[in-house]
Amino acid sequence: MSETIRLGVVFLCHNELDVAAQMVRIWHDGGAGVAIHVDSRADEVSYQTMRQSLADLTDVVWVERRKCEWGMFSMVEATQAAATDLLRRFDNVTHVFAASGSCLPLRPVAELCDYLRRHPRVDFIESVSAQDVGWTVGGLNIERFERYFPVSWRKRRRLFDWLVNMQRKFRLRRRMPRGLAPHLGSQWWCLTRQTLDAILTDQRRSEFDRFFRWTWIPDECYFQTLARRHSSRIESRSLTLSKFDFRGRPYTFYGDHAEMLSLSRCFVARKVWPGARDLLSRFPEDRGPRALRDEPDPARIERLINLTVTRRTLGRPGLYMQSRFPKKDRENGKTAGRYALLQGFTDLFPEFETWLQARVDADVHGHLFARESVEFSGRPAIGPGALSTHPESRDYDPYGFLTSLIRITDRTQVFQYGPRDLQALNWFMVTDPNAVIRVITGAWVVPLMHSGMPFDDIRHIAARLQRTELTQLGVLRSVWVKADVEIWELADFVARPAAILQRVVRDLTPGTWPLYDQYPQLRDLDQLGRFLQRLRNAGLQPRLMGDFPATRSEQEWNV
Amino acid sequence: MARHWKSSWNALRLRAVRQWYLGRALRRRKQVRPLKLRLKAIAKDAILCFVTQRNERIRLPYFLDYYRRAGIGHFLFVDNDSDDGSAEYLSLQPDVSLWRATTSYKAARFGMDWLNWLLFRYGTGHWCLTVDPDEFLVYPHCDTRPLQALVDWMDGTGLKSFPAMLLDVYPEGRIGDQPYREGQNPMEIARYFDPANYMIHKNGRFGNLWIQGGPRARTFFGRNPELAPALNKVPLVRWERPYAYISSTHMALPRSLNLVYDEDGGERISGVLLHAKFLSTFIAKSSEEMERGEHYANSQEYRAYNAVLHNDMVLYTPESLLYEDWRQLQEIGLISQGNWA
Repeated sequence: MSETIRLGVVFLCHNELDVAAQMVRIWHDGGAGVAIHVDSRADEVSYQTMRQSLADLTDVVWVERRKCEWGMFSMVEATQAAATDLLRRFDNVTHVFAASGSCLPLRPVAELCDYLRRHPRVDFIESVSAQDVGWTVGGLNIERFERYFPVSWRKRRRLFDWLVNMQRKFRLRRRMPRGLAPHLGSQWWCLTRQTLDAILTDQRRSEFDRFFRWTWIPDECYFQTLARRHSSRIESRSLTLSKFDFRGRPYTFYGDHAEMLSLSRCFVARKVWPGARDLLSRFPEDRGPRALRDEPDPARIERLINLTVTRRTLGRPGLYMQSRFPKKDRENGKTAGRYALLQGFTDLFPEFETWLQARVDADVHGHLFARESVEFSGRPAIGPGALSTHPESRDYDPYGFLTSLIRITDRTQVFQYGPRDLQALNWFMVTDPNAVIRVITGAWVVPLMHSGMPFDDIRHIAARLQRTELTQLGVLRSVWVKADVEIWELADFVARPAAILQRVVRDLTPGTWPLYDQYPQLRDLDQLGRFLQRLRNAGLQPRLMGDFPATRSEQEWNV
Repeated sequence: MARHWKSSWNALRLRAVRQWYLGRALRRRKQVRPLKLRLKAIAKDAILCFVTQRNERIRLPYFLDYYRRAGIGHFLFVDNDSDDGSAEYLSLQPDVSLWRATTSYKAARFGMDWLNWLLFRYGTGHWCLTVDPDEFLVYPHCDTRPLQALVDWMDGTGLKSFPAMLLDVYPEGRIGDQPYREGQNPMEIARYFDPANYMIHKNGRFGNLWIQGGPRARTFFGRNPELAPALNKVPLVRWERPYAYISSTHMALPRSLNLVYDEDGGERISGVLLHAKFLSTFIAKSSEEMERGEHYANSQEYRAYNAVLHNDMVLYTPESLLYEDWRQLQEIGLISQGNWA
């Protein structure tokens, strides 16, 4: 391995020329020959300034300027011209690296040369078959080669879309030049002189150029496809760390990424924010002879970026805020955590809340949605997360109220519920997989029986509550239920309260099994059968309580 | 098809609304008279800051300092007839252009007509931040990256506006207990905020989210939350001539400026404006504002404050959180960095 390596850089830039000049200097000082192409749309003054600031560099070629448009063939032409000039000027260049003004070398150029020396005759170019590529944004993979793309996507978006649709409609297809297999990949490659030279001097180059002129984003497929034709060994990855977001725009690195970039041991990173002076002054960074042979390992950066992508596309479940306000059923998680709704238990056990609180690892609230108050656990003046205890505030945005409460608290939220409470959230909770819903139907009648109100009033209230609960049960028994729902009739529950309470506690804190336990005081239900019969006699058919005998003794007739 | 018609009809109506508001601003352009202009100093890509102020002398030094550090290139102030020396102070600053308006604040839609005019005239092509002297912008990565990095990134991703809701911050005890000194960081005193009591409704017509809540809503508007002051804002916009703010900076037109939130579950980028209104200076201010009656909805907000103020207003609750940094706000879910890695 005595081969000497000389790096040549095809350097493309279009703005921020002062930063670009710094980059050129880094490459040049590292011993590379640089062919600089400046987009002719960059203004003349800054171009001249750049030339003057680099006037002292010897191994620099200024390529004839042309207009480069993103996604158009002019980008490839600029690269071709720069590469041709580079190879002609520097006979001893063995590898050519494509870089832009926002590509920052993270490690000394010498380490890159050493890496190339250790991998002789390898072309580092990401080149993935267009048939199998899964990462291109916009859905155009193989179609990039099969249709005509004469107009710019950035500037003439509507015409572009119209043309694509028309070609699809009329099944207009182009044929690939013979002997080429379509490949895609990053345009920041590093090719050996032999491969690049073979591409540039190919006898059929004019035919290929004509074909690629009307493909889409040819700078991501021209060299990637032709390298397959000429290269003897392709290592399909880029030496430049470059990540794209879900819309296909490259991520930018800032000063606060310095540590992570340094640890990644990649050779070059893009894009770098031109204002990130601390990055420009820190890199390239020489970490000493022991780090000389480190392999690039961008895993940490990839994790950071994947996290960002997930945040942007999926978001945090159960979060509703100024920049995330999902439509119904697009929430990707309606709520942030598990919560439980217990209906009817407080009607039967007056002390249920305190009893339950001692047995589960959760915040046990009272009736959060009661009409006249918001019964947070412990009845504070202000609830968790500074939520208001005024029912008017809660009812103004009940979804926000529930989701904020669940998101801001760390533990499972458990609250009591019933037909007396606000019913606005029934569909929301039933279609939420985080909800645990346990209902004893008809339990609301028990406090009514003990209320001592005039019977006429009781009958009216009972009718209203029964209607409400029937509507709610319709929701709970619909086919759209995602919540964990269990429903018992009152009679069914009263027959074996201990077993059901145990199950409820167990479901709320999995792993516990309170076998021998004190049960809360059950309200007196002796008169219930008779009371239901009185409702029946008053013309109201109780439909939710199950069977309670109407009479158990002769005396009851006299109640 | 019917939906299509409906949305075109709405678009036409909004266009009329926007032109009306812009027309108002242009007709009132004579109300803002230049006091000291340094417009030549504005660089081509400078970020501009637009402010109306009245008698905020004591707050100005820290305000200017805060935004200079963030990277504001030039401040455009409208002084509404101050008599505490604030105009004189501002006219001495090298990066401030100052106008004065002596007419009614209320008749100029709470100063918005004046600012719409200045934005129209000087904002076009710049990123423009429109804030009050008691509002401090906090955006993702604001501890390590200047505002320029944010707007460059937004330019690159094609975003035209940046949402930042008002986050009311308040002191631990009674609001008058710790006097505010000139030049002091107001967040040293008003250090607490409400983490999770925000109510959100979507405004279908203008496309914006209407956010209410925070300490003001829970203390003064608990029984009638619909009257609570709005907190949603889009203070940072890459300005174009046809743009106009409609109701303070709560909403702007065209509608696309308000569509700063994702409806498919993802998170977009957002920040907050720390609203350090509740300092010792507030007590005198709110009596004055009540007498002037120059504020929104007959100064109903100030009426509510005054009713409570007499028995020493405390906004702090055991549920209040101590403000740390933007990461804390993101963790709580008040802001998001979106896909700005």
